[in-house]
Amino acid sequence: MTGPAALSQTQVPLISARGISKQFAGVEVLRDVDLDLRVGEIHALLGENGAGKSTFAKILAGVHRPTTGTIALNGEQVEVANPVVAQRLGITLIHQEPISFPDLSVAENLVLGRSEDGWFSPVPWAKMTRDARALMDLLGVDIDVTQPMRGLSIADQQMVEIARALASDSRLIIMDEPTAPLTPREVETLFGIARRLRSEGRTIVFISHRLEEVRALCDRVTIFRDGNKVGTHTIDELTDADIIRLMIGRPLKEYLHKPRTEIGAVALEVENLTLPGRFEAISFSVRRGEIVGLGGLVGAGRTDVARAIFGVAPALSGTIRINGKQATIREPDDAIALGLAFVPEDRAQAGIFRSLSVEQNITAAVPARIAPRGFIRRSVEKALSSEAIRSLRVRLASARQPIGELSGGNQQKAILARWLLTDPTVLILDEPTRGIDIGVKAEFYDRIGELAASGRAILLISSELPELLALSDRILVMSEGRLTAEFPRAEASQEKIMKAAVPRSATLGEAA
Amino acid sequence: MSAAETSPPANVAGRESAPPRPLWHLVLVRPETLTLVLLILGVIVASRLSPYFLDIGYILRSFALSAEIALVALVLTMVIIAGEIDLSPAANMALSACIFAWAQASGVPIPLAVLLGLLAGLAMGGVNAFFVIVMQLPSIIVTIGTLILYRGLAQILAGDRSIRIAEGFIGVDRILVLGVPLPVVVFVLAAIVLALVLGGTIFGRQIYQIGTNEVAARHAGIRSRRIKLILFLMIGVVAAIAGIMTASRLGSVRYDLALGKELEMVLMAMLGGTYIFGGRGTIPGTFLAAWLLVVVSTGMTVANLLPAIQMTVLGILLIVSIIATNFIYSRTQR
Repeated sequence: MTGPAALSQTQVPLISARGISKQFAGVEVLRDVDLDLRVGEIHALLGENGAGKSTFAKILAGVHRPTTGTIALNGEQVEVANPVVAQRLGITLIHQEPISFPDLSVAENLVLGRSEDGWFSPVPWAKMTRDARALMDLLGVDIDVTQPMRGLSIADQQMVEIARALASDSRLIIMDEPTAPLTPREVETLFGIARRLRSEGRTIVFISHRLEEVRALCDRVTIFRDGNKVGTHTIDELTDADIIRLMIGRPLKEYLHKPRTEIGAVALEVENLTLPGRFEAISFSVRRGEIVGLGGLVGAGRTDVARAIFGVAPALSGTIRINGKQATIREPDDAIALGLAFVPEDRAQAGIFRSLSVEQNITAAVPARIAPRGFIRRSVEKALSSEAIRSLRVRLASARQPIGELSGGNQQKAILARWLLTDPTVLILDEPTRGIDIGVKAEFYDRIGELAASGRAILLISSELPELLALSDRILVMSEGRLTAEFPRAEASQEKIMKAAVPRSATLGEAA
Repeated sequence: MSAAETSPPANVAGRESAPPRPLWHLVLVRPETLTLVLLILGVIVASRLSPYFLDIGYILRSFALSAEIALVALVLTMVIIAGEIDLSPAANMALSACIFAWAQASGVPIPLAVLLGLLAGLAMGGVNAFFVIVMQLPSIIVTIGTLILYRGLAQILAGDRSIRIAEGFIGVDRILVLGVPLPVVVFVLAAIVLALVLGGTIFGRQIYQIGTNEVAARHAGIRSRRIKLILFLMIGVVAAIAGIMTASRLGSVRYDLALGKELEMVLMAMLGGTYIFGGRGTIPGTFLAAWLLVVVSTGMTVANLLPAIQMTVLGILLIVSIIATNFIYSRTQR
């Protein structure tokens, strides 16, 4: 599996994982992964969202336990049952936004969970502070260890996490997208420290979407796709274009393509929409009968734009026009009145009323229709909801049963049904097929196509490239809060979308 | 794939969802059913202790002493279903009663004094609403604060003395409508109206929806803040009505009117099957619980139990009711 360099290395690998698979609730997210990590290397894990790289890292760190497979540390098989065991074995996972106790001092955070003292032995304040200072000096960073964690920048909090790893003499340090929240300078400092740790013979696993960082820092890369390991290579063997191809190279599934529809007037138009820290200068439009796909990596700001348009968290500046008229949307209520509908990404949090009936869930956005004179008319409610249930083929035992009893796909259909009752002009769908079985997905694709065909404007946010490619008339791509590309359907490809989605990769076009 | 984060449990093949429950099951798992059973048991036990309990007039007269509290408990039920709580209405009752009593004692005509009391209640509800809705503070903390504040203001206004109520306004509980004391009539009518509002209108339904999932409610275009504002104003006014009725029943007002009664209000709501975390509960439940509570405490008085023991029993009752409601809801929810 590993590149030719592996053969020349006779040393026992630090970590040797064999046949690692992981299932969550019956869904396989990692399939039979073999991976060796050498002593003193920086090893990148690359892949799309959901490819399995983070799951693999979490298995190494004891956060998840593999369904099958073994892990050997220095040639000896180990059982990484939980993060505490991992730490004892010398494996530390650095979180992107470190989990700490914000009101305790840096020094206290450093010793937390590692104390060998009894419950009632006095806290050795002086020693604690001394040790903490020594660690900071070792890392060569200037952090006052007596100040509370709260006051530290995220970069410094990461340093404290790294210091924690050093304090427990970790041999393997896993960094899961550490650079995303950092400034370029902070990234440089982090890289300097990572290189020093490597020279001391420690091993670092580095997860990032940013190819140029991987190139600058790492020795070898392993690429994941759809839960499988695609391959491990030394970084010099691959061009950026190779890496992108390996990341997305799955065969394009044969989805029913969206039927050609009559594209009409502009229904939704946003101009210079800005919410500092989330997204900036977003301008685009969606026409009636058109499906506009919005692609990008998780955290690129796509959901924030949708939430802003729908009034959940309005933008600070910029304009929204609905059917050519400027709209003021401060609350979802305003958006609904203007003919907007929004199926949110997080169904349990923002979609369903778990303990209430399917019927009530479906009619929640059309109070005036079910209670024309103030009092709810059960017959009207029943008629409206059962028609929606039939047309979307929601499978249930009774419209009066709590929606929480339905499967995820059927809950999602009920939410879609809720919005069809409002007869929206513009429909925003945020990851509409997330966590839904393949069969039901195909049904959703048909429905989305039909909705466009009936003259509605659809903005489709999706992290699944085949889904975007199959359904969209046009595809917009966001990266780090900005629109980075727009492709008509005929010109879009997975490679192009990925290139535009990967942060700071504007120059990668030449490499291809 | 992306199902990794929160994939719902996989479908068992061929079974998309649970089969519908039989009707008897639905009735049995309603928490009000438990309240009703307890109420019937309470009446049977109490009538063994004292033959007075077979006299409906006796029960009605006993209930008149708690009708004001029970009235507020009805609105409190709606506040709790909406996912909030209000612990200040007993203090509100005292302050609005003091303002009313002070006004009429200083020569303000009775109708105007009543209006002043009601406005004071509305304002107190508004203050709670401001902190909870605008300042986004947790209602339990806010209303513990205003509970102390309103009680303190009542004491500043009334001092340690009792303010006498004008002769003509005393004795609301002695006015009988078809043999039923007026406070009880007010309570029953309020229960009917509120049950219709909560069970049959969009306003009522949205109360359940925001109590079940406020984020989802907002995404469905429900203006949860407006609904909560209305509820806090409602409970403010109703507390003032209760305070003025209490003043009329007692004939004089002191700052310690209805002292500690907020717990009894919460107890009524809980006993009636209202879920403390919001989203579930009914007006008929609280209605039944109010009668249950009166029967139990009157029964204990008749049986000559010491007040300390009575308190203990009420405390146990509250805890048992919360356990029962939680148990029932967790069983029906999976």
